[in-house]
Amino acid sequence: MGALAHYLEQEGVPTTQVSLIREHSERIRPPRALWVSFPLGRPLGPPDQPEFQRRVLLAALRLLERASGPVLEDFPDDEPATPEMEGWACPVNLPAPPQPDGLLPAVVAEIERLRPWYELARERRGRTTFGASGLAAEDTARYLSGYLDDPAPPNPRPEVKPADLLKLASEDLKAFYFEAAAAQPGASGDRLADWFWAETAAGRLHFALQKRLLTLPDNALQLLGRMMLVPRSQAHRAN
Amino acid sequence: MVRAIDLDEQSRKHILGVPCPEFAETAFVVGPPLARRRVALISTAGLHRRNDRPFAVGANDYRAIPGDTPAADLVMSHVSTNYDRTGFQQDLNVVLPLDRLRELVADGAVGAVAAYHYSFMGATDPTRLEATGRHLAGLLKADQVDAVVLLPV
Repeated sequence: MGALAHYLEQEGVPTTQVSLIREHSERIRPPRALWVSFPLGRPLGPPDQPEFQRRVLLAALRLLERASGPVLEDFPDDEPATPEMEGWACPVNLPAPPQPDGLLPAVVAEIERLRPWYELARERRGRTTFGASGLAAEDTARYLSGYLDDPAPPNPRPEVKPADLLKLASEDLKAFYFEAAAAQPGASGDRLADWFWAETAAGRLHFALQKRLLTLPDNALQLLGRMMLVPRSQAHRAN
Repeated sequence: MVRAIDLDEQSRKHILGVPCPEFAETAFVVGPPLARRRVALISTAGLHRRNDRPFAVGANDYRAIPGDTPAADLVMSHVSTNYDRTGFQQDLNVVLPLDRLRELVADGAVGAVAAYHYSFMGATDPTRLEATGRHLAGLLKADQVDAVVLLPV
């Protein structure tokens, strides 16, 4: 991000930026950066808090009026505290493992239970972030679980490489679960992540797939398994 | 909150170990007051319109996001699994504050909103964005943009 600022500025385009990792900005020294203390993934801070977001954006923009640089400033506020999260519970009861019929039927059953909540969330928000894979929710699960066995399943989108499609399917499946679960109020990102990775068959499918990909000869699939399926903060749940 | 010191040990090691390009000098272009500037947003969240090609691992290309793109038409194909996506799922402005920018223009704090905004997939070695970045500078200037806000995830 900071490097891109250098390239644009060298070409004559003034830039400012939000910085999430202060240590990186200190090393890269972009022309203007506003460091914020918010979680990775949230450069403007909390969702649906327009006043707060506007202050962050304006603070970053104001750096453009400085006479000289580089400028690295700290935004003064942390994300405002969100309401107590302890009351959150997944809107549906998911059966405890193990399910006798295997992982895929368990994930498909979860999807069916979550679907009304997913639809409700989509209606309330007026949008869904599901869909980058181009697959239906059940088909994301089918494609992911297809890689647990030989031979690998046929690629439903031949213009996308299998490792890339697996990644897109994984993020779509998670988006479906997270959006459905967030229909119940009070869910923080951390709480939703703990729920997905500790309590759902879809989470278990990810751990199983990670283990499997690490045994395959294809470098792109190995990289996916090593780096891009399970967050570092949840890796301890693998068994 | 995310101060590196507050991250779990593995994440902190990883993040602080990421190689950062160093620049001997920092170019610094001054311009008119904010109220007369035309602003474009550039995100590295791997955002794109639903029917655009998704980003691939190692992608160093970009997607254009027309300023009138509805939030419902944007999806994300970033390869990292180590950041929060629930904020984006709830509210696009968490990663691409188009509504906030329009409000600042309506207030008179900012001059205008660019015709196009852009998105990269930020898990790529940043020095591999150089050629694309310089090309993009030409497109921004053609759009009369004299202020860019870069937004990581």
